[in-house]
Amino acid sequence: MTQYILRRLLLMVPVALLVTLIVFALVRLSPGDPILIYAGEERDPAAIEALRHEYGLDRPLPLQYVSWLTHALQGDLGRSLRTRQPVLQAITERLPKTLELGFAALLLSISIALVVGSIAALKRNSPLDLVATGFTIAGVSLPNFYLGIILILVFALAARIFPPGGYADFASDPFDNLKRLVLPAITLATASTAVNLRQVRSSLLDVLEQEYLRTARAKGLREGAVIVGHAMKNALIPIVTIFGLQIGALLDGAIITETIFFWPGVGRLAVDSIAGRDYPVVQAIVLMSALSFMASTLAVDILYAWLDPRISYGRRSS
Amino acid sequence: MYFVRHNPRVLVGGAIVLVLLFMALAAPLIAPYDPIDVDASQALEAPNLTHLFGTDDLGRDVLSRVIWGSQISLSVGLISVGIGFLVGVTVGLLAGYLGGVVDLLAMRAIDALLAFPALLLAISITAALGPQIQNAMIAIGIVAVPAYTRLTRGQVLSVREREFIVAARTIGANPVRIVLRHIFPNIANPLVVQATLGIAGAILAEAALSFLGLGAQPPKPSWGLDINYNARYLSNFKWWMSLAPGTAIFLAVFAFNFLGDALRDALDPRLRRSA
Repeated sequence: MTQYILRRLLLMVPVALLVTLIVFALVRLSPGDPILIYAGEERDPAAIEALRHEYGLDRPLPLQYVSWLTHALQGDLGRSLRTRQPVLQAITERLPKTLELGFAALLLSISIALVVGSIAALKRNSPLDLVATGFTIAGVSLPNFYLGIILILVFALAARIFPPGGYADFASDPFDNLKRLVLPAITLATASTAVNLRQVRSSLLDVLEQEYLRTARAKGLREGAVIVGHAMKNALIPIVTIFGLQIGALLDGAIITETIFFWPGVGRLAVDSIAGRDYPVVQAIVLMSALSFMASTLAVDILYAWLDPRISYGRRSS
Repeated sequence: MYFVRHNPRVLVGGAIVLVLLFMALAAPLIAPYDPIDVDASQALEAPNLTHLFGTDDLGRDVLSRVIWGSQISLSVGLISVGIGFLVGVTVGLLAGYLGGVVDLLAMRAIDALLAFPALLLAISITAALGPQIQNAMIAIGIVAVPAYTRLTRGQVLSVREREFIVAARTIGANPVRIVLRHIFPNIANPLVVQATLGIAGAILAEAALSFLGLGAQPPKPSWGLDINYNARYLSNFKWWMSLAPGTAIFLAVFAFNFLGDALRDALDPRLRRSA
């Protein structure tokens, strides 16, 4: 197992380098001269050239890449072109808000998926199963920005139960924080709930047909113990993969949800930075989310091996 | 026909897809108004007999914009899936059949692409190339490449050592011929399913990019763009302008997902038995 983890970490190095290269290329390909944004009202060519030299943008691209990578490895991701704030600080200030929204959505999604998915599998073809199956298709087909708008219209503007958006600090007003969290969390959770529910249902259905469950019942175990102790334990293995990958992709879903609900997280920062051509911030957010996605993929694989002793990574050839 | 008649999902999904295709192709004939024609005297009208889905703040007919918007959504869906399919399947065939260094390099590049969350990568590529619908198609296509490559490579690896391929190699058949005539037809089923589901994902991605202002540009009729533009009137309860394009996206994505699911069940004997 340790050998497998070490090998995976080593394999991650070239992929991570490729990722940094893609991120660098994407930002350098972008139209417009970033230094003109930084220069603001300054239009003196000599001053602009001096700025270009100061930021190393007059050097050849490979040298710029090496310099950017060296600084990034030391935790220096540059400064925002718009606010002059260090990029790392801008991200870490907003990260807790994205994590709060992301984990609330994930908690909601996993709870509903496990409960409803299990009941749907155990009561196959029942009305609940049909509703759940319909929801799995509808949930992934509904654009989250559209769902968010409908929720704002119904629950914020018409019924006035929840605020239409914004953020309140948990420490100063926990109740307001939670009230503002409900609609964005539901919006973010809907598509993943549909995917998770479908996975729970189909994994459990697969396992329920296995012979070892018949053996468990034959030796006199109660149905609850058979389902929880034997069926769920094995059905959880593929589900863990989906959950793990969703943690890694938290930011992806948060981009749109944070924009609709004016949630001041990293997703909204990404959208604002792209619109404002704030390249250092865009570069850092894309890089960090890609690396965290890679880390979560590795964590899922390790968890997989721990959950299923039949998987022997030591002998895997690729 | 037996398959279609005994699969309500194919009937429902297929019917909606056909309606959408008809809408897209016949838009100039069936749209009651010009979708970009501004008429301030008709602004913000609720649905009525003259404007079945109402009008927006510039007096443009919402129904006409939804009908014309289907052209953008379907063309992005088909073209970006085409890009992803062509590039992804080609790389997958090469990596799976040739193996060795080609496989190693191709799969590391695919791993690097897979490391990016999909929407963030699409947003970054579109922002880098410039906010235009053509660039959104390219971005969505690139994001789709890894799925086709991995699927194709896996399928090629499972088919490559089968007797008929070994026989073709033994009689000296050209590798290109082996790949195109013998391997590809045997791995096409899961790729068709992936492509059908991929169109649903591409329509959703285009709507998201247009919603963020990175896809179609005003005054072009685009479902995602129109939802974003009209959302500012929600606080005045002018709901119809956002409702119609949103429902159109939902129905289009739903139809392709439904169709893809039905195809997967029908083409996979294991699923067919358990269904």
